Amino acid sequence: MASIFQGVGATTALSSSTSIDTKKFQLSSRRFFSVRRASFVVVRSGGDKRDSGSNRIGGRADQLVTNAVATKADTPAASTASKPGHELLLFEALREGLEEEMERDAHVCVIGEDVGHYGGSYKVTKGLADKYGDLRVLDTPIAENSFTGMGIGAAMCGLRPIIEGMNMGFLLLAFNQISNNCGMLHYTSGGQFKIPVVIRGPGGVGRQLGAEHSQRLESYFQSIPGIQMVACSTPYNAKGLMKAAIRSDNPVILFEHVLLYNLKERIPDEEYVLNLEEAEMVRPGEHVTILTYSRMRYHVMQAAKTLVNKGYDPEVIDIRSLKPFDLYTIGNSIKKTHRVLIVEECMRTGGIGASLTAAITENFHDYLDAPIVCLSSQDVPTPYAGTLEEWTVVQPPQIVAAVEQLCR
Amino acid sequence: MLRFINHTSSITNLQFPRHLLHTISSPPLPVSNYATSSSINLSNAFSRCFESVYGGRRLHTATSARNDVDQLSTETPLQQELDFPGGRVKFTAKPVFTSSSSEERTPCYRVLNDNGQPIVDGDSVKISKELAVKMYTNMVTLQVMDTIFYEAQRQGRISFYLTTIGEEAINIASAAALNDNDFVFPQYREPGVLLWRGFALQDFADQLFGNKNDNGKGRQMPIHYGSRKHNYVTVSSTVGTQIPQAVGAAYSLKMEKHDACTVTYFGDGGSSTGDFHAAMNFAAVMEVPVIFFCRNNGWAISTPINDQLRSDGIVVRGKAYGIPSIRVDGNDALAIYSAVHKARKMAIEEQTPVLIEALTYRAGHHSTSDDSTKYRPVDEIERWRGDQNPLNRFRKWIETKGWWSDEAESEHRSRIRKQLSQAIQAAERVEKPPISDIFSDVYDVPSKNLTEQETFLRRTIHKHAQDYPSNVPM
Repeated sequence: MASIFQGVGATTALSSSTSIDTKKFQLSSRRFFSVRRASFVVVRSGGDKRDSGSNRIGGRADQLVTNAVATKADTPAASTASKPGHELLLFEALREGLEEEMERDAHVCVIGEDVGHYGGSYKVTKGLADKYGDLRVLDTPIAENSFTGMGIGAAMCGLRPIIEGMNMGFLLLAFNQISNNCGMLHYTSGGQFKIPVVIRGPGGVGRQLGAEHSQRLESYFQSIPGIQMVACSTPYNAKGLMKAAIRSDNPVILFEHVLLYNLKERIPDEEYVLNLEEAEMVRPGEHVTILTYSRMRYHVMQAAKTLVNKGYDPEVIDIRSLKPFDLYTIGNSIKKTHRVLIVEECMRTGGIGASLTAAITENFHDYLDAPIVCLSSQDVPTPYAGTLEEWTVVQPPQIVAAVEQLCR
Repeated sequence: MLRFINHTSSITNLQFPRHLLHTISSPPLPVSNYATSSSINLSNAFSRCFESVYGGRRLHTATSARNDVDQLSTETPLQQELDFPGGRVKFTAKPVFTSSSSEERTPCYRVLNDNGQPIVDGDSVKISKELAVKMYTNMVTLQVMDTIFYEAQRQGRISFYLTTIGEEAINIASAAALNDNDFVFPQYREPGVLLWRGFALQDFADQLFGNKNDNGKGRQMPIHYGSRKHNYVTVSSTVGTQIPQAVGAAYSLKMEKHDACTVTYFGDGGSSTGDFHAAMNFAAVMEVPVIFFCRNNGWAISTPINDQLRSDGIVVRGKAYGIPSIRVDGNDALAIYSAVHKARKMAIEEQTPVLIEALTYRAGHHSTSDDSTKYRPVDEIERWRGDQNPLNRFRKWIETKGWWSDEAESEHRSRIRKQLSQAIQAAERVEKPPISDIFSDVYDVPSKNLTEQETFLRRTIHKHAQDYPSNVPM
């Protein structure tokens, strides 16, 4: 990694738009940065850090690397390398997790529209009604607020319901129950009644689904006290998060993405449960921390390929836990790279990125060498026209440009 | 032009002329007849079309149907009924609209008349002396409790209170007819159910003062009682949200095959919420053991019943959703007891929801934040506090049976008053819940950001100790 970068710097093989203007960089650097870098030669973002940091950060970096695979090594069984595992699609992984939990605990049940014999709009509950009966996989009439309320009442009485919103956007109708009761009743009852529900469903911008079916509910729900929010992005973490959410005694909202249901991956045969509050290190790196989640992870990884070719070394973290943020993993990354780019699908105003920016600024301000850059969707309803829709969502070229800008 | 209701069935996929004539057949009601000669012909024509479809013969297209109309003779037999999704439906040739209301309102079940005398040929569950006396004494306790706590609020000792004056029979008699393991989802005007189940006066006082003995750890407003031990879910301020929750809880009882039901209370105002309608619908579809108990007390804060709804009260809505329903005299303790007793049996044995509408009157203000004399006449309030008072009627009945007396009454009242003032004084003196209770129970285990926030708060308090209230422990 180091050799590539230094080579690039020496031969100035970079394109003009991305040329690193060292003088400009020195002058524009912050006070704290120049204090730290005073003893070192002209900056290559990352290069110096690696050398300078090798004594300090390197140790931690090693720890970080271990941490990077920790999410997989956390599993009770050995790493995936030893067993072949099995391949499946993301929605099948969700179903597998759901089925395993329903098998394990008879209190687990599913409530939603068309989840029973129809098998769910995205086939996540396919076959479950045949196996567990109509009562455990319950089809409901169209009244989101009420069947969410039903799930909450059932949870208070001892069941562990999974409430499916056919599309996350429909859960806006359930906002009253989710915020006023789901999040609050454990607290206001003095801990007497617990609400171990999982509220899940597909959200995000799909392929021309129209504005009402392209909502990003995570930004609306993030303020509700008492709930946890997680977003899955791969079959592996989908199954693990589903199981963790069901086992959790807190109300958890699991955000899936409409376009990710057919992702294929090989996952372990043995049982595993992921930690709800942990972020996932997708690609360790040195130059910039890119924080993302759900579908944007794939846009970021695509951009990362381009960036690597251009000589950058981005660290990509899938934050997974949207509430609360895994500031430990994020913080360690920022302390290493000193630059943050957030790539999200939420709208600019009041999105997850906005909260994350605030949280990072508050906690890691001293470690930042540049302002946090947050790439989000515009504050517009999602248009139906394919070309327009494409440009309301952050695209890989934008991510590449942002990293280049950040690392100048 | 008349508008017709289109049924969703395979028939509608066919190419029928646009004015598809469907009428809903119902018992004959005095409604103006819109039928004209042309429409009679039309309806006969369509019935013939249905006939041909039903018989599986070649389907008519739009044009051919119109040709049929022209060539029709006037007298063709009307097909009797058709098998639509949802069941067989009879046809009628007359475009008769069902009336907006029946000529007669749903009758109201009562056992005792205004003077507390049993109605002749009445049908009710017999209750023992112990039960009757227990019911009455609890009603008195509830009334005294309401009066004294209301006064406490007026004196500034508690911040808020909400009375149940006029609805004591509903509270106590319905609770008496339930089992202790029946889950209760209250609105907020049902503390009597808790009282019946054994919640002590001290417990009530502790919640009102929000001290550290409160079940809810001081987190909710006064009157937002809740007790897992008594199967009474914590009151949530939102109106009507408890109704679908009760259905969900009933669903869990059904799944686990418990010999219990759930009960949810709400007012006439609460029956207008979206949650009520969907919950009723769900409960009927899922066939779960839930009792929907509507306290129709005539007022939703300042909204009188006629501004709230235009149906025949709430009882008729049960039929709309396919739920057995009954209307009951809400100020007659025996009637409520019988109705709830029967409803519970029905709900559990037949696994069906049941709707009970109790007609009563909110004799007090909506809450301590309200002065109801601003929107209703004082003599109306006085009248309901007088003859229709549920306590008076029940008392007359138990006194005629020799189970109660004036001495017993005054003795009980003074005892309860004394207990209450002691409870209030004790509750006032108890410490408030500690600071850590701000942050606990948000999740099962406090998250990192909450722990940080608590540290920050404690630091702030430490720095400005003089601005911090002395009766809140750290």
